[in-house]
Amino acid sequence: MSKPSVLKRLKPQPRWFVIGAPYLWMFLFFFIPFAIVFVISFMKPAIAMPPVAFEYDLAGNIELLTKNYTRLFDLDDLLYINAYLGSLKMAAVSTILALLIGYPLAYAIARAPGAWRQVFLMLVILPSWTSLLIRIYAWIGLLKNNGFINNFLMWTGLTDSPIQMMQTDFAVYIGIVYAYLPFMVLPIYTNLVKHDPTLLEAAADLGANRFTAFWKITVPLSMNGVIAGCMLVFIPAVGEFVIPEILGGPDQLMIGKVLWQEFFNNRDWPVASAVAITMLLVLILPITIFQRIQNKELEEGK
Amino acid sequence: MAAVEKPANPATAKPKTDEHYVKIEKVSKVFGDFTAVDNVELSIRKGEIFALLGSSGCGKSTLLRMLAGFEKPTEGRITIDGQDMAKVPSYQRPTNMMFQSYALFPHMTVADNVAFGLKQDGLPKDQIQARVEEMLKLVDMSPYAKRKPHQLSGGQKQRVALARSLSKRPKLLLLDEPMGALDKKLRERMQLELVDIIEKVGVTCVMVTHDQEEAMTMASRIGIMSKGKILQVGAPATVYETPNCRFSAEFIGSINMFEGKLIVDEPDHCEIETADLPTRIYINHGITGEQGQTLWAAVRPEKIDVSKSKPAQETNVSRGKVINIAYFGSHSVYHVRLDSGKKILANASNFERDVSERPTWDDEVYVSWAPESVVVLPI
Repeated sequence: MSKPSVLKRLKPQPRWFVIGAPYLWMFLFFFIPFAIVFVISFMKPAIAMPPVAFEYDLAGNIELLTKNYTRLFDLDDLLYINAYLGSLKMAAVSTILALLIGYPLAYAIARAPGAWRQVFLMLVILPSWTSLLIRIYAWIGLLKNNGFINNFLMWTGLTDSPIQMMQTDFAVYIGIVYAYLPFMVLPIYTNLVKHDPTLLEAAADLGANRFTAFWKITVPLSMNGVIAGCMLVFIPAVGEFVIPEILGGPDQLMIGKVLWQEFFNNRDWPVASAVAITMLLVLILPITIFQRIQNKELEEGK
Repeated sequence: MAAVEKPANPATAKPKTDEHYVKIEKVSKVFGDFTAVDNVELSIRKGEIFALLGSSGCGKSTLLRMLAGFEKPTEGRITIDGQDMAKVPSYQRPTNMMFQSYALFPHMTVADNVAFGLKQDGLPKDQIQARVEEMLKLVDMSPYAKRKPHQLSGGQKQRVALARSLSKRPKLLLLDEPMGALDKKLRERMQLELVDIIEKVGVTCVMVTHDQEEAMTMASRIGIMSKGKILQVGAPATVYETPNCRFSAEFIGSINMFEGKLIVDEPDHCEIETADLPTRIYINHGITGEQGQTLWAAVRPEKIDVSKSKPAQETNVSRGKVINIAYFGSHSVYHVRLDSGKKILANASNFERDVSERPTWDDEVYVSWAPESVVVLPI
């Protein structure tokens, strides 16, 4: 290429600003904070503001730098590993429960007559207009020992003493599934509503009853929506802090709670940062899967 | 217009049931306060290709969907090969449909699409595979067995859809606007190809179309539908040359209509007087009508002769002026305004390449036709 064309290409063009805006946003509000957290994860706690300090070792001792990370995977103290596993289990079970409730819900809405669909969708989304905190607190009123559900059960005589629901896994599952259900329903609904009803007629025409047609046609075709919904529930549920904190007890060891404790109770920013960075690494796989599904949906939409 | 009459499948041993292989008796379908299909009575012969022809909303698709079992008749009875279909759900009927959109399963390969119906029947794997191969060979799609539907062209999708709907060897094949999703050039080729395959298989076929040329090219018999009713049933040539009502006459091809009064009605001829022509319309057969009855006399454009000199005949003739000529290559359509002010169409075949002797714009011409060219229709 000749020189003028190179100069011309370097001259600012309006489209650079359009393309640049999201990159600038990502740089300022994602990359810089991430970089700060990343750097802190290699520091040590100190009595200062911010309460961190660099640890120098001119001999180049790598262990000093990575000690926050090695601590997370210390086999003598399984706190962090157990917290990660607990979070993953909690998120996985919640995702499956949300799918079991969300898929039939999305299916029913997608099959509802046109005018009703918007109403039903609204009803799914509407609760999230109230603060999550208030809605989770409302569950305490329902689940606690002298709460609404236990009082009702004892009044009917089904039990003599209250059933312990608060501070159990059960309560945390209820909270997470309740809070994240819309994120499961919406992508599945968006997928199902696009299905061509003649495909089901074709299946019936070829000898498939409704049940077979559902399993052989509707379910495989809605897989992208299912995976998107599962990721939208699973990814935030892994790092969930508020719901296990309020509804769960000390037994529900989750990484979000550990992070909180390190950061606020222990004032150990470096370890908290290392926990956060590790959690991100754990979630990279599901996030990548989610991205691929989204790209695929976009391409098929073309 | 390709109005060639096609013989039904000659292998007809049991004429009684074969005449009424598919029987539609007094069938109606009502949606709310709209009657989509109104008391239809129809018999389909074994091995024939029958076309339901009509404009959109005439009830032809509803009738087809009732045959497939997607809709239940509000009243009436449908039997296929003597079997009452009233209690048979669509997934147990001996019918298969080729959908207008083809409705190929997008997540399955071509082979899996064709195999879908066979798997529902629980056939052993080797039989399924053999049948799939046979079907793909039949429609000339064997090399594409591993492709997904979105990797196929429109014509290829149609072949796969046809293979899928034939795979279960249905007693009745249903085609819903089979060429609806194809462009014109491909449509003409696929029409003949489809007929070849259907006749090779020998399956009885009911198709629905709004395209009269498609119906005439493909079908051995046509049923013309309007407002939920079947107006006329017959071979393409019969429906074209002897329409039984104004709707049939005008729906297929174009036609010139003259409103007039019956003046003479003898067994060997009749005469109709009309304000549109200076002479009477003379017809070489009698009709059983009343004197003075108002009637339509209908003449197809290709039966009308346009000439610059006055023809010798006394009747069926009028003077007029050429107001427009539409040139179609093989023929031209003259738009002639008669002295009475009535506008008519007349076709002229372009036998010779030199058309300089032909009447042209604003020429004074005579239009005329033979006594046997007129069809009399009730008003």
